[in-house]
Formats: sequence, C-alpha cells, structure tokens
Amino acid sequence: MPFYVSPEQAMKDKADYARKGIARGRSGVVIQYDAGILFVAPNPSRALHKISEIYDRIAFAAVGRYNEYETLRKAGVRYADVTGYQYDRQDVTARGLANWYAQTLGSIFTDQLKPFEVEIVVAEVAEAPAEDQIYRITFDGSVNDEHGYVAMGGRAEAIATVLKEHYQDNMTLTSALAAAIAGLAAQANGDRMDIAASQLEVAVLERSRDHRTFRRLTGARLENLLAEARSAGQSTPAETSAPSSQDGQQAPPPDPSSSSDQPETSGK
Amino acid sequence: MGKEGILLGTDSIGRLLTAAYLTAGTSSFSEFLASTAPALLPGADGLSVPNSLASQLPHGTTIVSAAFNGGVVMAGDRRATAGNMISQRDIEKVFRSDEFSCIGIAGVAGIGIDLVKLFQVELEHYEKLEGRALSLEGKANRLAGMVRANLGGAMQGLVVVPVFAGYDTDEGVGRIFSFDVAGGRYEEQRYHSIGSGSVFARGALKKLYADSMEPAAAILASMHALYDAADDDAATGGPDMTRRIYPIIATVTADGFRRLPDEEAGTYAEAVVADRMREPDGPTSPLRPPPGEIG
Repeated sequence: MPFYVSPEQAMKDKADYARKGIARGRSGVVIQYDAGILFVAPNPSRALHKISEIYDRIAFAAVGRYNEYETLRKAGVRYADVTGYQYDRQDVTARGLANWYAQTLGSIFTDQLKPFEVEIVVAEVAEAPAEDQIYRITFDGSVNDEHGYVAMGGRAEAIATVLKEHYQDNMTLTSALAAAIAGLAAQANGDRMDIAASQLEVAVLERSRDHRTFRRLTGARLENLLAEARSAGQSTPAETSAPSSQDGQQAPPPDPSSSSDQPETSGK
Repeated sequence: MGKEGILLGTDSIGRLLTAAYLTAGTSSFSEFLASTAPALLPGADGLSVPNSLASQLPHGTTIVSAAFNGGVVMAGDRRATAGNMISQRDIEKVFRSDEFSCIGIAGVAGIGIDLVKLFQVELEHYEKLEGRALSLEGKANRLAGMVRANLGGAMQGLVVVPVFAGYDTDEGVGRIFSFDVAGGRYEEQRYHSIGSGSVFARGALKKLYADSMEPAAAILASMHALYDAADDDAATGGPDMTRRIYPIIATVTADGFRRLPDEEAGTYAEAVVADRMREPDGPTSPLRPPPGEIG
C-alpha cells in the first residue's frame, strides 16, 4: 500500500462501508413476551435462515450479508457446543457468547480489509422475564444490552420507535407479534400490516420448555397467529394518544387465546 | 478471507480453536474436536492401561431393546460392577440421544458415558448446523465410527459397546442397531440385548416376544428379560424394591423419546416381582403338542 491513510479515515471508511451494506438489507425484530422471546424477520426463503437456534435457551438473529452471518452462526454453535461439552450445559450463556461475538467482530473490523456487514442479536430466555438477556452486537464489535425489544438492520431506529409505542411488559405472543409487524411495517414507508406468512421468518424461545426451547413458527400455526395479531393490531396504530385505555380494552381478549395457545404449544 | 490469519485473543483452549470456529468445515462435532481439541475426545489413546486395572473399573451391564407396534423400547438395569464389587446401585445406562432415538451402553462406564455425551452433542450439532436431523441410518453409522475410534482403548480392555434404537420417521417403525468394538454396525430384527447378562435376557425375550406387540406388553417383556438376566448373571441388578431403584425404561415412538417416570417403571417392576413370587422362573411359553399326538 503506497498511500498513507490515517487510522481515523480508515476506520470511518470501514464503518461507512459496513453501514451501507447493512442498510441495503431488511430489518429484524426481537421482542420479549410473557412466555418467552419472539424473533421476527422478513425472509421469503424457507432454507436460508436469519433466525437460528444456538443452544438450549439461546437463539441468534442476524441481518446483513448471508454468508457472513452464517459463518458467525456456525461459529456460535461450535462455541456453545464445545463449551457445553467441556463443562456443562448450564455453563453456556448468552453473555459469554455475546462477548465472544464482540471480540470476534471487533478483531475482524480492525484487522481485516473488509469488515463484516452484519448486525446480530443473541438472546437467552430465563426462568423469569426479568432475567431474560438480549444482546445486540454490531459490525465493529460493540455490544448493547437490550431490554424488552430490539430492532436491527438499516432502519432500526424507525422500527424501534414504533416498537416503543407498542411494547409493554408481559405482553402475549399475539400482541408481541402485532407489535413486531407494526415495527417492520414502518420500514416499508407505510402502515402495511398485511405481510404474508410466507414472507416472514418467525421463531420463539419458549420459557416453559425443557432442554431445547427454540421453535420455529410456520404453516397454519403462524397463519392463525398472524390473523389474531392483525385483528388485535388493527385498532392500535390509529390512536397512539391513548395507549393505556387501549391496553385496558385489549387485556380481556388475549387471555382466553393465550390459554388456548398453551396446550397446542406444549403438544407440538 | 484468510481466517487462519485472524488472531482473536485466547479462550480456554487457545487461539487455534477460536479461529477454527470461523472456518467453514465439517458439520460433525467429533470431527471438529478431533481436528482442534483432540484432548476433549473420550478414549485412552496413547495411554497404556494394564488389564488388571481395566477389569477393576466400573462396568455397566445389561441392556435390552425390543421393537413394538409403532416404536421401540429400551430398558437397562441399574448396576455397575468393579471386579467383584458393586460400584453403583443406581447408574443410568439408557439415554436419550435425540428426539427420535435412544442409546444404551455396556462395558467400561467412564468411557461409555463420555461416548453417549459426545454422541448426543454430535446429533444436536449436526441438526443445528444443517437445519435438519440425520436419518436414523445416518445416526447409526455415525455411532459406529465413534465406537471404532475407541478401538485402541478396547484392545487394552477398555471395551464399551452401545445399542442404538430409534423411531424411523420415514418408515414409521422402531429399529434397533447393535455394534462391535471394531465399528461393525448390525441392524437387529425385533429385539436385542447387550452386556454381561445379555445371554439370559435374550433367551427370555425370545420366548416372550411377539410381533406387533403393544407398547405395554413390550415393556413388561423387557422387564421380565432383565429380571431373568439378574437372576443368572452376578453383574446384573434386579429391581431394588427396598430402595425403590427400578430399571430405566425408555420408549421412542412417533411422539418422540419418552423416559418412563420412576413411579411408572415401579408399577412394571412390582408386577414382575409379584409374578415371580408365584412362579420364580417367570411366565412359561405354551408348548404346542407334537404332530403325532393330534387325533
């Protein structure tokens, strides 16, 4: 390299490059609900996943370049399986994994000519919602410890604003999905709530399950949930001025639906 | 991208492993360990174990497995012996290997339990990396390779042999596979038994087994077979009614793996013991009269 480039300029160039790459792709949402953590990402492919299982209670979601986050996902599975095999299954934690990702992405960002164009979320479901852990890790290795909800990808800020309006502690799966879809609709420059099930990748970490808690929601179960979420979400975006009264009205309907959800969930 | 060139700080195993995580490689966990951290693999490679020591290590004993209508059952006694000592009364030798399969081990318990642990991670690791589970045949082949990897240990007396059973989701039947220390893999028809009491257990099961048995009948037959093994083999333990330690029983069906809770295993054990109170040798097989006596 014959030309001198100042370190500041080199880092800035790399960061701009990575941000641009990430902004080209679509965003993803991770949101807590009463019985677990929900992951939603627009993804027309059935085979190339943006959301994946890492370990018993840990899942991974990513946006950006597929080959790069797939490398990171596989590395995460290897890291988790080696740690769990060497010590014990309970010694694999989202915190450890997030640190490992942060170090790895940080090193790649500084050492390599081309940074990874990815943004990832590592989430671990705990016994109680207050102890759930959600970490967002960006292309340069910085880690954010998130609570409740997190948006990632190009228009993360716009989505997070919508999520903030809709999110509340201990919401049901249906209302969490409605919030996630409202958030994702924000990136499409409109209130499009009609994203088809085939265009979405949806998965959950279910708090009450033993051993492996990760499950994908697909097919009829997802269609039903989406229909419920749409009817629940229809009224909310119009009147954001009175969210508390809305919540009061919303509270009774989700209860029976969530209780009827439970056996279906455990049976599957 | 030259991933080998990335230095990523150290973890508990070292830099090499951290970089290896990122390289696109195998979907097999044991192959990954073999190339990056071979010390973590089970076995005694490079060690010289005198035979006198090998025989004094805890050994697991008898496992039986039988196919039934729509699935398969596997049952194992709870005894581990070290030479002439009972080293453990409540050892577990039948395990869930994944959603649709189970594995039982006989032989040196320490290596066997490590083998099971590695096999469990192996199946889950493949499933997570590839996004789909291995076929039942694929799982059995993988296990055969892992048993063969212990051949060096087996030559020194650290013998461990598994039995593998599962529900074939493609064909909708329960299937059983046995192995030898050289990695031979054999599909067994109907039922099989391994371990020191296997001769007696298999003899008993042969007389009690019927095609397309109901699950409860297959479980009861397996329990009788284990009782007969304990009756004649010193290293196999019978149901311990005073301590409430019963054989471990697992079934694998279309609904997946299920280990019977202790209370449920206890009711089968009590039924067998009550039966033996009346007839110590257990149920007898009805003999058909020879053709000459008819008419």
